[in-house]
Amino acid sequence: MESPILKATNFNAFFGKNHILKNINLEVHKNNVWAIMGPSGCGKTTFIRCVNRMHELVPNASVEGSLQLKGEEIYDMNPVVLRRKVGMVFQRPNPFPTMSIYDNVIAGYILNGVKLSKMEKDDIVETSLKQAALWMEVRSTLHKKGTFLSGGQQQRLCIARALAMNPEILLLDEATSALDPISTSMIEELIQQLKSEYTILMVTHNMQQAARVSDKTAFFYLGELIEAANTKTIFTNPKHEKTQEYITGHFG
Amino acid sequence: MEMVLEAELEKKKKLSQSRLADKHIGRRNKKNIFFKGLIVVATVISTLPLLFILFYIFKQGVGALNWHFLTHLPNPVGEPGGGVSNALVGSIMILLVSCVIAIPIGIIIGIYLSEEKRSRLGYYCRLAVDVLQGIPSIVIGIIIYEWVVRPMGGFSALSGSVALSLMMLPSIVKATEETLKLLPESLKEASLALGVPYYKTIMKVIVPTGLSGIFTGVILSIARVIGETAPLLFTAFGNPFMSTNILKPMSSLPLIIFNYATSPYNDWHQLAWGASMVLILMILILNIISKIVQRKWKVQF
Repeated sequence: MESPILKATNFNAFFGKNHILKNINLEVHKNNVWAIMGPSGCGKTTFIRCVNRMHELVPNASVEGSLQLKGEEIYDMNPVVLRRKVGMVFQRPNPFPTMSIYDNVIAGYILNGVKLSKMEKDDIVETSLKQAALWMEVRSTLHKKGTFLSGGQQQRLCIARALAMNPEILLLDEATSALDPISTSMIEELIQQLKSEYTILMVTHNMQQAARVSDKTAFFYLGELIEAANTKTIFTNPKHEKTQEYITGHFG
Repeated sequence: MEMVLEAELEKKKKLSQSRLADKHIGRRNKKNIFFKGLIVVATVISTLPLLFILFYIFKQGVGALNWHFLTHLPNPVGEPGGGVSNALVGSIMILLVSCVIAIPIGIIIGIYLSEEKRSRLGYYCRLAVDVLQGIPSIVIGIIIYEWVVRPMGGFSALSGSVALSLMMLPSIVKATEETLKLLPESLKEASLALGVPYYKTIMKVIVPTGLSGIFTGVILSIARVIGETAPLLFTAFGNPFMSTNILKPMSSLPLIIFNYATSPYNDWHQLAWGASMVLILMILILNIISKIVQRKWKVQF
């Protein structure tokens, strides 16, 4: 079996003295879609924010243990380099309000001062927007501000922005929780298409969504990784009592 | 339990019906109208002084104002005519130099304060800025006299600019800090998550997004100090001739208003009125620009 793209070994995360993640062990393989589930405050968002080291932006935040991207220790890498390899889409769409749709897609290049020819830019913008299933809707308005789009379109724009960097891993932090059902289903379809190219970690509160979209599911509870397995197994035959209770709606 | 609740509900209903039934609704409506009228009258009265001031200055100054007035030097006493070109150029130059000093420093401090909300240095810095805002302009004039004019060996436009930039600083810092604080954290995260280094995130994402607020603050701070007289008395001093050397004394609009208005000559009084009107117009224009910038550059999320 090929080596995992992301590997957590006895990984811990803290906010000050608060122990948020406790001894997480998880292996994520290439081209898998992982759903990270669990009740509020269980540490699932913290976990994916550790993968691109956004966790450490909060004062007093710290980590222990090992978290590796393709065998390289994430916490030994330069965060700036790491974040170019790990794309992230947030709970609320956050396109850059001063930039056009076009510039938003290549914002990762513009803001990092990477020089691109007009052709290269056009290519990246078109491909990324097509990957994010937004191209048909915006191709005639590429130079309008990104904030004129609807919420669902803005979120797909943010996905295109992340994809433009060609990340190894795409992190989705409840990316559909602020969207209407139609936009949500579009983004779910998108995730299905994207898994042939990318590895995706998505935090979700929506169990149906996890069941529909993901290949694997990790269930977190009070900072511990209770169970991680094939989504089918988790939903039909969970090993752990807590998982069973959560997916049947007894708590959470 | 249910029964008790029902009885209590009935009691509450009766009580509220008896107390809230208003037999004096007509009288209350009249009181309402009276208070509304009172508020309108108070509002009108509070704007009247401003209108009177503007009207009076326009009446006195508009006679003096013409192209000759803006392009000629003041005449010696006894000769009618003359203008305030030296003061106009002086005012603009002194302000430009103080902008060069105050804007970068003010914006940098503002960025620091908005980024480091809880740091100790930030706390003291914020306090210092608040105190600086409260220092009377005449005191700033004296301090700059001690710190700049005396060591440099004489009055100069530069020292005037330093004094004015000290007065501009607090409002630029405050405007920058308040504007940037209002920007959502998600904006910064979006940039950082793309692998953009922190300083580039600040310079290329945060500051451009807050630019309209910062710019408005800068313009209003200029409008605030453009009429400052006291700090210029000991620094730029004034100059009856045209001077563009910032190391030499220079005239400015508030200075000639002060000098000419306190003189015993009617011709000079006329110049002072004209200069007042030019000053008021400049402030008016700056305010209009700030409003336009606020609307045009407004960033929508």
